[in-house]
Amino acid sequence: MTLLSKFDSLAADRAALLSTGFDPFGIPIEQIYSPTEALIKGRRILLAGTNNYLGLTFAPECIQAVHEAIDREGTGTTGSRMANGSFAGHRALEQELADFYECRSAIVFTTGYQANLAMISGLARAGEDTLLIDADCHASIYDGCRLSGADVIRFRHNNVADLDKRLRRLGDRAAGALIIVEGIYSMLGDRAPLADFVDLKNTYGSYLLVDEAHSLGVLGHYGRGLVEETDLINEVDFIVGTFSKSLGSTGGYCASNHPELDLLRYTSRPFVFTASPPPTVVASTRAALPLLREGVVLRKKLWENARRLYQHLDGLGYKLGPEPSPVIAVLLESREQARALWEGLFEHGIYVNLIFAPATPGNESLVRCSVSAVHTGEQIDHICQAFAELRELASAS
Amino acid sequence: MTVKYDEILDRLGLHLQQVAGTKLEFDEDTNLIEGLGLDSYKVLDLMLEVEDEFDISVPMNLLTDVHTVRDLAQLIEQLKPAQ
Repeated sequence: MTLLSKFDSLAADRAALLSTGFDPFGIPIEQIYSPTEALIKGRRILLAGTNNYLGLTFAPECIQAVHEAIDREGTGTTGSRMANGSFAGHRALEQELADFYECRSAIVFTTGYQANLAMISGLARAGEDTLLIDADCHASIYDGCRLSGADVIRFRHNNVADLDKRLRRLGDRAAGALIIVEGIYSMLGDRAPLADFVDLKNTYGSYLLVDEAHSLGVLGHYGRGLVEETDLINEVDFIVGTFSKSLGSTGGYCASNHPELDLLRYTSRPFVFTASPPPTVVASTRAALPLLREGVVLRKKLWENARRLYQHLDGLGYKLGPEPSPVIAVLLESREQARALWEGLFEHGIYVNLIFAPATPGNESLVRCSVSAVHTGEQIDHICQAFAELRELASAS
Repeated sequence: MTVKYDEILDRLGLHLQQVAGTKLEFDEDTNLIEGLGLDSYKVLDLMLEVEDEFDISVPMNLLTDVHTVRDLAQLIEQLKPAQ
């Protein structure tokens, strides 16, 4: 196999995918109208697959902050913080995130993917450390583990007994190992049994990192995620998250009480060697954070929408993720079935996510919806109606 | 090959049959991906079963050198504490 010949089979798969005129994995959005509507292939499409949980991408406060930032500070930072310095906005956002979690400090990263890459590879070292990760963790966590070179042990998804068993097998190495879980899992929308994992990490003297990418803004009175909902903020060693979902911009962060967090600024290669977030992104995120924190009404509406759609799909007999959440995954036995349902929904004017095995838990393919607080009742009705009309189509494929 | 290795191979074989299907034949030289039709995620799920079967931890990073059934059996032999 040569450098490029390995792409032959992927090229064939892609050609088959494009033969119907759709690329579900790179849908061209011609114009975005709002957090829930866009022009796609000349049609006004309802967006139900964008993880825009609070609908803040068009918040006037954020847009105004971006306008002011670009006039004041220009379009970019043109390099890393180590080389080009930290703008006032970078430092302010880090302090605001630390205050938000009532933690000692926080670090901002340029993307959410990079936050996991930087934290895990910065904390763990080859030949010294052990990482224990939930089997359903996001690719950024797997990639961070790989970059670290440390020993990586995978445990069965959300299975406390399984993690216990694997910690026991480590013997003395369990003390000091880093356990990594997520607040809400991106594929099936279920949440980690965090209190049980905290008990285990305390029993073995391990550390715990929780990725709140999909739970920030979604769980907890102030939207701080599963750590707040379970009242375990001070029990978790490292809280990682992203700006690209509930905060409506792009970027990532880690908050922690460990003073060593600030030393990662000098040792974590994904932080040191990446251009820092531009002023516009920082400004938008800073404007969105108080909206998220005070967004009690938005969270209430988000959960009303999520429960309503989940219960409707459940009632129709679709196989779903294990619990209601703003991430609602419909599990299908084959790629063809998933593709047919995805196309059917698009024909009904609805965009959701199509995810094929093996990039999914188990061996099933997914049609994944994400619900927003700013979806109207009529929009949720429309999604429910489309799934009802497509029920037989999905079964027969 | 020692008896211990053969025992590992026998016990490993039962799990490989489960993930690859009972009709598929394989030997020590069979490649896990190409020979058994497993993708990388199925190999990781297989490893959860294998770890429990032998009560060992197999770090994912060690799997980069595992290509065949023999490679896997030898890795288990190496990681399995002497009984």
